[in-house]
Amino acid sequence: MTASAHRDVAVVGFAQRQMREFDGSPNCIELLVPLLQELWEQTGWTKEDIGFWCSGSSDYLAGRSFSFVTAIDALGAVPPISESHVEMDGAWALYEAWIKIQTGEADTALVYGFGKSSASTLRRTLALQLDPYTLTPLWPDTVSIAGLQARLGIDQGLWSEKEMAEVAARSRTSAASNEYAIRRGETTADDVLAQELFADPLRRWDCAPVTDGAAAIVIAATDALPSADKVSRPAVISGIAHSVDSPSLGLRDLTRAPSAERAGAAAGGASGVADVTVAELHAPFSHQELILRRELGLGGPEDGVQINPSGGALGGNPMFSAGLIRIGEAARRIWSGEADKVLAHATSGAALQQNLVCVMEASKDKTL
Amino acid sequence: MTPPSTAVLHQPLTLEFDYTRSLGPVLSQYMSGLAAKQVLGAVLSDGRVAVPPPEYDPVTHEQISRMRPVSDEGVVVTWSWVAEPLPDQPLDHPFAFALVLLDGADVPLLHAVDAGSPDAIRTGMRVRARWADERVGSVRDLASFEPAADTAPGPVPTGETSGAEGITMTSTPVRLAYDYAASPEESAFGRGLKEGRILAQACPVCHKVYVPPRGACPVDGVPTKDPIELPDTGIVTTFCIVNVPFLGQRITPPYVSAYVLLDGSDIAFLHLILGVDASEVRMGMRVKAVWRPEGERSYSMETISHFEPTGEPDAEYETYRRHL
Amino acid sequence: MTKTPAAVIGVGQTHYRAKREDVSMPGLLREAIDRALADAQLTFADIDAVVVGKAPDLFEGVMMPELFLADAIGATGKPMIRVHTAGSVGGSTAIVAASLVQSGVHDRVLTVAFEKQSESNAMWALSIPVPFTMPVHAGAGGFFAPHVRSYIRRSGAPTEIGAMVAAKDRNNALKNPYAHLRNPDTTVESVLASQMLWDPVRYDETCPSSDGACAMVIASEGAVSASDVKNPAWIHGQVMRSEPLAYAERDQANPWAGRDAAAHLWKSTGISDPRREIDCAEIYVPFSWFEPMWMENLGFAGEGEGWKLTAQGVTALTGDLPVNMSGGVLSSNPIGASGMIRFAEAALQVMGEAGEHQVDGARRALGHAYGGGSQFFAMWVVGSEPL
Repeated sequence: MTASAHRDVAVVGFAQRQMREFDGSPNCIELLVPLLQELWEQTGWTKEDIGFWCSGSSDYLAGRSFSFVTAIDALGAVPPISESHVEMDGAWALYEAWIKIQTGEADTALVYGFGKSSASTLRRTLALQLDPYTLTPLWPDTVSIAGLQARLGIDQGLWSEKEMAEVAARSRTSAASNEYAIRRGETTADDVLAQELFADPLRRWDCAPVTDGAAAIVIAATDALPSADKVSRPAVISGIAHSVDSPSLGLRDLTRAPSAERAGAAAGGASGVADVTVAELHAPFSHQELILRRELGLGGPEDGVQINPSGGALGGNPMFSAGLIRIGEAARRIWSGEADKVLAHATSGAALQQNLVCVMEASKDKTL
Repeated sequence: MTPPSTAVLHQPLTLEFDYTRSLGPVLSQYMSGLAAKQVLGAVLSDGRVAVPPPEYDPVTHEQISRMRPVSDEGVVVTWSWVAEPLPDQPLDHPFAFALVLLDGADVPLLHAVDAGSPDAIRTGMRVRARWADERVGSVRDLASFEPAADTAPGPVPTGETSGAEGITMTSTPVRLAYDYAASPEESAFGRGLKEGRILAQACPVCHKVYVPPRGACPVDGVPTKDPIELPDTGIVTTFCIVNVPFLGQRITPPYVSAYVLLDGSDIAFLHLILGVDASEVRMGMRVKAVWRPEGERSYSMETISHFEPTGEPDAEYETYRRHL
Repeated sequence: MTKTPAAVIGVGQTHYRAKREDVSMPGLLREAIDRALADAQLTFADIDAVVVGKAPDLFEGVMMPELFLADAIGATGKPMIRVHTAGSVGGSTAIVAASLVQSGVHDRVLTVAFEKQSESNAMWALSIPVPFTMPVHAGAGGFFAPHVRSYIRRSGAPTEIGAMVAAKDRNNALKNPYAHLRNPDTTVESVLASQMLWDPVRYDETCPSSDGACAMVIASEGAVSASDVKNPAWIHGQVMRSEPLAYAERDQANPWAGRDAAAHLWKSTGISDPRREIDCAEIYVPFSWFEPMWMENLGFAGEGEGWKLTAQGVTALTGDLPVNMSGGVLSSNPIGASGMIRFAEAALQVMGEAGEHQVDGARRALGHAYGGGSQFFAMWVVGSEPL
């Protein structure tokens, strides 16, 4: 359907925390409380102004069933609230909230994602996302699967270790100015290539660090925005879409992510992504950024497109909020006036199986 | 050892279960084949042969109806080195995970290759299956692959499947180790328990007294604060008598699981009532904590062994009905 | 902003059993999905998006199983969402699917909820001790039985009310070919004679642990017209409400979130007297006493009066407000699917497709689910005519 048929919804608040090891409870309630406080300060709103709440998290990350239940305590959900939860990255919680606003049942929503990746051995726990009959019993870890994908592309001449190193170096360098990133610092591709191989063909800096964290975002229909002195340049969602690919690592061409292409095409709409100047891509491995850029038809820094100015997932990848953080980071570039059109991406599953794309633009009323 | 008073409490948590998976018709054939040292591929609607077989054709969505044997030798399509194997991976020394295209198949299979070192494996290398000595109808029956001399492929099995059948279930042990941490408020509470004290906290907004204290008052969304020491006496608001045994149960039934509302607190918590016949436990009954001996105290609520009746008159229903 | 009217045009259920060892997880889901697609006279190619629901991943030991199921359930190449709101998830999942249509984003959405509890053990998964807490939990029964006791104390309901509900639902289940428990001789007396498991809850007043899946196809007004389905179940309204698990002076027997949700639902569907205007209801009753508790919570009866509806036979299949005609959660309980089964059974009633347990002339029906510690509520009202 065309973008004009949508009700315009804007990202108007964003707060995040990322850390190597969060020394606190698996429901991350200690992180969520201050995040909400920041959002109330950013928007001038209180919990009574929120029409719908939605979160993304994982029981397996927390190590217990119903781990999201006590996280609700952070919301102060008395009187009761209209609320839902996805067992997915918070980016999909934002999608559910966007849908809710489209139905007219709510005008505003607060979405959040959280996860304590360090509570178990993350790359092993994630083997439980694979086919439980034929794959999980072998416990293929996330890093190994990414390595299979990276080598396929290298062998086929689609990308090189040097290009991967350039992604890693740029990400670390960009992350240096992101106070929330946990892996950062001025880095060259040679520095990356000088590292030992960690999971041949991957080096440590090709892989996102295990990261704990949480993030929260407020979205609102543009007819229900906070006052202009709080949000002067809302990031209006011009398109948001997602799709999933086959789970079979053999049936899929691992050098591609057709679901990202489909999501990008649907979210980009008729105008596409040609005039996007900032893209935040959720690529937990360096070569995955290269795959995503191809699938989304995005240029790179050489074409005037800033890729992952936050440092991206290689600077910090808190499970179940890292995708939502991409949306927040991209929206911030519109708020600040740095960009007029941005793209954010989130991924889930093994080797980029599931992908979401959210395109945001400066409100036309304010910029024209 | 007492941790510094600002650190949060940690405790190991293990999730462990041997999942029993019924296989359905397609995977039953596959696993039965593996038990008989035969690798079966699914014949897809486009003619390709896929190993492992998907249960449903990815294009037509029909259930796979035809399987055919493929070789247990093949070629490495891509690989990734595992320098430090994780628990339960196919090999306990460094190895490669690889996509292996078996002779006769069109879709590669993910498995482990026991190559010894990353210098001894390359894309395009031939490998052959190493079968487990004891085969039970699991993907682990195919233990791993090993390098095979770069000779020409042997004959691809022809004809039909061996007809092996009988494997309809597979068992998947899942064991995950977690480091569980408590919130700062729960940690302060736990430290109090170890000292034989019940340290509640109040919400700074609604002033309700929470025990255990909370990282967020569920009504106001702000952390409870400032320890308030409560007596270890209170009442049973409501309860049930557990007669049902279950896997992982730590207390032998029958036992009374009750909501205990301590004097001076605004919320009841679940605990055990002993020292009285279960049939004698009543709503409103006055109870008192029975603490474990000092040497057995921990940071857990289990430091209170149970509650038992004080013998005082029961509380009037009207005094606690708003806590039900 | 006006919603696109949406309707259920296809329903599919599996046979519910303690152990469906004849199928894999993909096979279990497909049994429900294939029936729903056939009912809607559609194929996978017609579906725009897939919404999957189930309760905790620990039940099956698969993290986000929708990912590995994507091909089998026809989601590959499409948007797929996984909902998890504890026991209410089947209802919440249906609501998310309905919203995808009502928002105008999609025309035909497939939704499926499942649980294959026999892959592990529900009591184990629900009773894993949380460090630092007292390990008195004994599954869901141990959690809910104290609140049942509170209800009995508050309402003064006679002891046999719970047994009356159980006997009614177990006999209703005999008219439902998909039901798990099929005990032909269940009577109030036999229920009262069954073992006390979590006093005051008896064995026969308790839901089983089931394997099963339920699926629906939800279509926009336009897609309904374009279809060959002549008896859609129009979605008149839906609601989700949540409150925290435990807060000071929380009413656990008549939770605020449930009351609030029901009030909103009746208002948004133009219902002023639900007792009169709703023809039948499928409500989430995992322990028999929750029927009278929810009758009050939903506003079908005043506080302390819910049990009288049961006692007077109002909620019987032949009563004037039949409840759980299918046999309910007490007869079939694949946890993640149980809420969707309530929503789907409500739809079947207004579609006139409920078979032997059809309520004559049902025109407006309630589907209800709850989860967590009676804190997450999902409900919808469906009707034989558009609102």
